[in-house]
Amino acid sequence: MIRITQLILVTALSAALPALAATTAIVNATILVGDNSAPLTGATLVMRDRLIVAVGRGVAVPPGATVIDGAGKTVTPGMFAASSAIGASEITAVSGTNDRGSSHKRYSAALDMADAFNPLSVSIPVARVDGITRALVSPLSRTGGRVLVGMGPVVSLGSATDWLTKPRAAMFAEFGETGAGNSGTRATMMLEMREAFEEARSAAPAKNVPNLDSLLSQLDLAALRPVLQGQVPLVASADRVSDIQAVLRLARQYKLRLVINGGAEAWMVARELAAAKVPVILDPDVVLPVNFESLASRPDNAKLLHEAGVMVVLNASSGEVQTLRNLRQLAGHAVNNGLDPAAALAAITLNPAKVYGIDKQLGSLAAGKLADVVVWDGDPFEMSSHPSAVFISGERMSTTTRQSGLRDKYMRMHGLK
Amino acid sequence: MFDLHAATVRLLLSLASAFALSAQAAPQSPPYSSTYVAPATGPVLLRNATILTGTGTRLDNADLLLVEGKVAALGQRLQAPPQATVIDATGRWITPGIIDPHSHLGGSASPHVSVTNNINELTMPSTPQVWVEHAVWPQDPAFMAARAGGVTSLLILPGSGNLIGGRGVLLKNVPATTYQEMKFPGAPQVLKMACGENPMRVYGSQRKSPATQMGNVAGYREAFQKAVNYREKFRNWERKKDSPLPDRDIGNDTLIDVMDGKILVEFHCYRADQMATALDLAREFNFKIAAFHHAVEAYKIAPLLKASGTCAAMWADWYGFKLESFDGIRENIAIVDAVGACATMHSDDETGIQHLNQEVAKAMAAGLRAGLQITPERAVTWMTANPARAVGVFDKVGSLEPGKQADVVVWNRYPFSTYAKADLVFIDGALRHDRNRPVQDSDFVIGTNQRQEQK
Repeated sequence: MIRITQLILVTALSAALPALAATTAIVNATILVGDNSAPLTGATLVMRDRLIVAVGRGVAVPPGATVIDGAGKTVTPGMFAASSAIGASEITAVSGTNDRGSSHKRYSAALDMADAFNPLSVSIPVARVDGITRALVSPLSRTGGRVLVGMGPVVSLGSATDWLTKPRAAMFAEFGETGAGNSGTRATMMLEMREAFEEARSAAPAKNVPNLDSLLSQLDLAALRPVLQGQVPLVASADRVSDIQAVLRLARQYKLRLVINGGAEAWMVARELAAAKVPVILDPDVVLPVNFESLASRPDNAKLLHEAGVMVVLNASSGEVQTLRNLRQLAGHAVNNGLDPAAALAAITLNPAKVYGIDKQLGSLAAGKLADVVVWDGDPFEMSSHPSAVFISGERMSTTTRQSGLRDKYMRMHGLK
Repeated sequence: MFDLHAATVRLLLSLASAFALSAQAAPQSPPYSSTYVAPATGPVLLRNATILTGTGTRLDNADLLLVEGKVAALGQRLQAPPQATVIDATGRWITPGIIDPHSHLGGSASPHVSVTNNINELTMPSTPQVWVEHAVWPQDPAFMAARAGGVTSLLILPGSGNLIGGRGVLLKNVPATTYQEMKFPGAPQVLKMACGENPMRVYGSQRKSPATQMGNVAGYREAFQKAVNYREKFRNWERKKDSPLPDRDIGNDTLIDVMDGKILVEFHCYRADQMATALDLAREFNFKIAAFHHAVEAYKIAPLLKASGTCAAMWADWYGFKLESFDGIRENIAIVDAVGACATMHSDDETGIQHLNQEVAKAMAAGLRAGLQITPERAVTWMTANPARAVGVFDKVGSLEPGKQADVVVWNRYPFSTYAKADLVFIDGALRHDRNRPVQDSDFVIGTNQRQEQK
């Protein structure tokens, strides 16, 4: 038992150690930059320490660099899950390991999912070996829970210590059937939202005298201020087109930086969303009328939005940890239904980085950005393909997971290895 | 001795039901029978495709001939019969129709509201008397989405909240107004049972049994022992005939049919140790478990599954959503198959059922990376021949062999690709899905799905 603990500590520490002035060059590869541009064939990517230093054809390999032959390989940015339970939920149905949802207060704008993040979750390596390198850890509104749910950080899936990429990167709110169910009706839900924003707008900062009429705590009010100032995006869950339009009106009224999450019927107001520069986080697998708020869901939602000029982000609607590694399959489904492949890749790399305001550091393969780099043995959207190397902030990740350990044990037991 | 008695009791039971019906006109077929009729179609000749037959064989540049709803011939340069529809399938791939051995479509239907969730009769832990077919709503839009993904047959099962959840029903995935019009003719009846966390969570939270894994097993044994006693009552009555015929009990009738081998058991179990215990239960009451469902730890006991002739119906990659699924690995199906047990994909999900071919692609890729040899002609059996075995209809469907039902998918390309699409789906030789002429045939979507783009 003691030995096992020591082993875990050693593993955790070694994962945390920064690589020492290492230079790596991936040569002769097909590089998909992630910014919607055409593939670069026969290209080179050079990374040093934590950063990408050069990308392109004809880039020289620095002396002393570790060289990875990229012949037949495809290189992409690390994939970025725009809303996920990763690190905040280990086993969904085991409550002691699941910190994603809560229902204790009417408002909890100040709730910060970074307080619940566990960088040693065994699900993190499972997602990472499939090329997922960053995620936004989002709160979830349980039934009977909140309409204004709380904030989530962007995290790195590469380090047990240096995991906080951007704290409080977004504020999450529930509209639609879930929000209405929590509040009472759609009308009361909108009223609660306006009450919260009105109070946050009018409240003087750092009040000494408690306002007994206040619906929100001082911490909630403080958390809403950057949302009202347009510094932190409001990620609003909404699927029905009338709900989306109601949120758009609210965002106009309070000058919010709005992001629609869900958007099953968003294609019906694609032009309006494009004009308002509101990105949509959607799940291309929502193709059935699974609820009355998604009656007009359709498989080419992503394509229609993209072609109308809306920034599209692809993400599994459940956000569950276990589905994270299939993000690229969702991108493939969007491509199958007409979305341009380069746009589909941007929708799981650069676009989420843009939504959360960290595209200067992350999201595409460009000099100066953090080296989240995945080398694939084929088309990343094919489930027969797999990463042959995953780098996060320039550090090459282990290919070992809890699952590979189980696999090896039983394959040996059955004489298959 | 045993069989003789069982046969006598069954005869008596049929007499009992005949008495009950005697006041009515004699029905042409037993109640709840299939009324499925395959439409009459002319011969279809699919030319020059790559065919994965479902028997472990791959045929290149081959033709497939469908006549009168059956597979008539496979081979090169087949003669087109008169009036045959000839389809050029050059560059395309052909597989048997996909069979999903674990689905809840129609029973837990879209849109998901409380009244469309009809698969768990959570009023008592053992409900062998319920039949999920009585809850199947044929207008569930997911049926057509699954058909577009190449699914030609699917086993609808009750949920796993009960130890004995009730009977399942195998459906042909055709548009219909009643479930009887979808019911797979001649398919065996099945009984859903469940191991593990779900029943103990449902009843333990009500301070009822089962509250533990012990309670689960005690619950199965009590239910089967009651059925044994019930059978004994009929046997005694038959010997003496000095008392009125004992009361009929529909649930016990089901369990007797299970013990007589007439109903297959489909057992929801995640963990290896739960599956081993379930196999002991089956030995105690002399029944056969056709398949373990979900079986995320099947890889741990693959040799035991092989020895007991039990299939494992699995996901490609689900894990970790509850403790008993924590040890799920993507090599599960490949390992079970490599050991020689019957391995099948299943969906248990309205989304997964739309792309089971991709799920097979994941399982195959994981197996290949682990060093196992898996060809496409082998992997296709995970979604065709092996699920047919798991639900007891491999004599009818699941492979492309002369005489079998012509359930066929023509794919636009190599089927184990994210980009593969089912161009044509035939069920009993009749074209039921054409990608170029999609049909919205669920009543629910009429007038609710606003497919008009913004003007």
